[in-house]
Amino acid sequence: MKPASFDFLCPDTLEETLAALADGGGDARVLAGGQSLVPMLNMRLARPALLVDIMRLEPLRRIDTSGDEIVVGAGVRQAELEAWPSLSRDLPLLAAVFPWLGHVQTRARGTVCGSIAHADPSAELPLSLVTLGGAVSLRSRNRKRKVKADDFFIGMMATDLAEGEMIEAVHFPKARPGGGYAFREVGRRHGDFAIVACAAVADDKGLRLGIAGVDDRPRVFPLPALDDDQFDDAINDIAWSLDARDDFHASARYRRELVRGLGRETLKEASRCRA
Amino acid sequence: MAKITMTVNGRQVAGTCDDRTLLVHFIRENLGLTGTHVGCDTTQCGTCVILMDGQSVKSCSILAAQAEGSAITTIEGLAQQGELHPVQAAFNAHHGLQCGFCTPGMVMTAVDMIRRHGGNLDEGRVRAELEGNICRCTGYHNIVKAILAAAAAMGGARQAAE
Repeated sequence: MKPASFDFLCPDTLEETLAALADGGGDARVLAGGQSLVPMLNMRLARPALLVDIMRLEPLRRIDTSGDEIVVGAGVRQAELEAWPSLSRDLPLLAAVFPWLGHVQTRARGTVCGSIAHADPSAELPLSLVTLGGAVSLRSRNRKRKVKADDFFIGMMATDLAEGEMIEAVHFPKARPGGGYAFREVGRRHGDFAIVACAAVADDKGLRLGIAGVDDRPRVFPLPALDDDQFDDAINDIAWSLDARDDFHASARYRRELVRGLGRETLKEASRCRA
Repeated sequence: MAKITMTVNGRQVAGTCDDRTLLVHFIRENLGLTGTHVGCDTTQCGTCVILMDGQSVKSCSILAAQAEGSAITTIEGLAQQGELHPVQAAFNAHHGLQCGFCTPGMVMTAVDMIRRHGGNLDEGRVRAELEGNICRCTGYHNIVKAILAAAAAMGGARQAAE
């Protein structure tokens, strides 16, 4: 047996799910697609006492358009959002991100919200959510709340999720008319977590650069409209403001260099794509 | 304990296993189908790829309990009446393997790839889509050739049937 022992529940209703999570407290974990959690169980980096499978909860398996938001339920698999017919029109940043996200086989199982809950600091979906200025809907037995993406990610694989709470949906702001979007990453292998990933948005609200893989969580920086010769200094300042560290995969210096290179490329591309 | 019922290679199966049993171990140990291999246990290597409800997935990172009610195809389910599946035949003809450990996962990934892309596969697409399957022997060249040949053969077969 690879994982340590746990109890497994697969409720049919949200009420039962929330009750199980409330009773399980800090020892309970939500299981959706399992593409982050099951490897963690296999390595025994996660040892929950209770797993609550949410994939039978039909109301969570929906992609809805609500005003200027795309609301992706906790049961929506990455491959389902990737194949959603309006993706390239309403979420062009995610259309650019999906080919970089794991592999065909992991996208077939993994959920969008699962990646958000896992909160790997180099993961593409948390980066996208933060860069677009999205939000996360949380639900527990006693309350519902909506947290801005930037407040949800609080550290290395750490989120604002409280005991007994689960992600019910994530909210991606719809692309604004004429907006430009770009994404680039550098990793050891395509499909691995990025060493550094950058996402950029250029729209009527201005220019934003999101960076993953450097700080302990994805970060987003608004930028003023810049002349060509001001780009490098602005991105260099951002690179130095991040808490870059040396690790097994790359040095802090290399990470800053990637921020300069990828940051420049994505900002240029997003600005160019802006109609 | 989890009670599991699923369809594996067209056959209804039922079994009981520990809640923490991985699907790949259920397939290998409870069902005795050892063609599906275990490599990394962490979705990296692709040697455990099977088809679940028609889609290629990594059975090392799915609990058997999560596969309740699903339809599974393993490498053992591809050949029909003693006749190799076109992808298996192409791996044989083009020598798309050396040690063979990754081969079941490669073949299952290729079957799904051809289902999704059909005649639109080219070398670049095949190489990109093999990113979730690691081979430490071949350098991938003959695997790519085999998949392209199988896609052509299956496209041809479909046209002939129409």
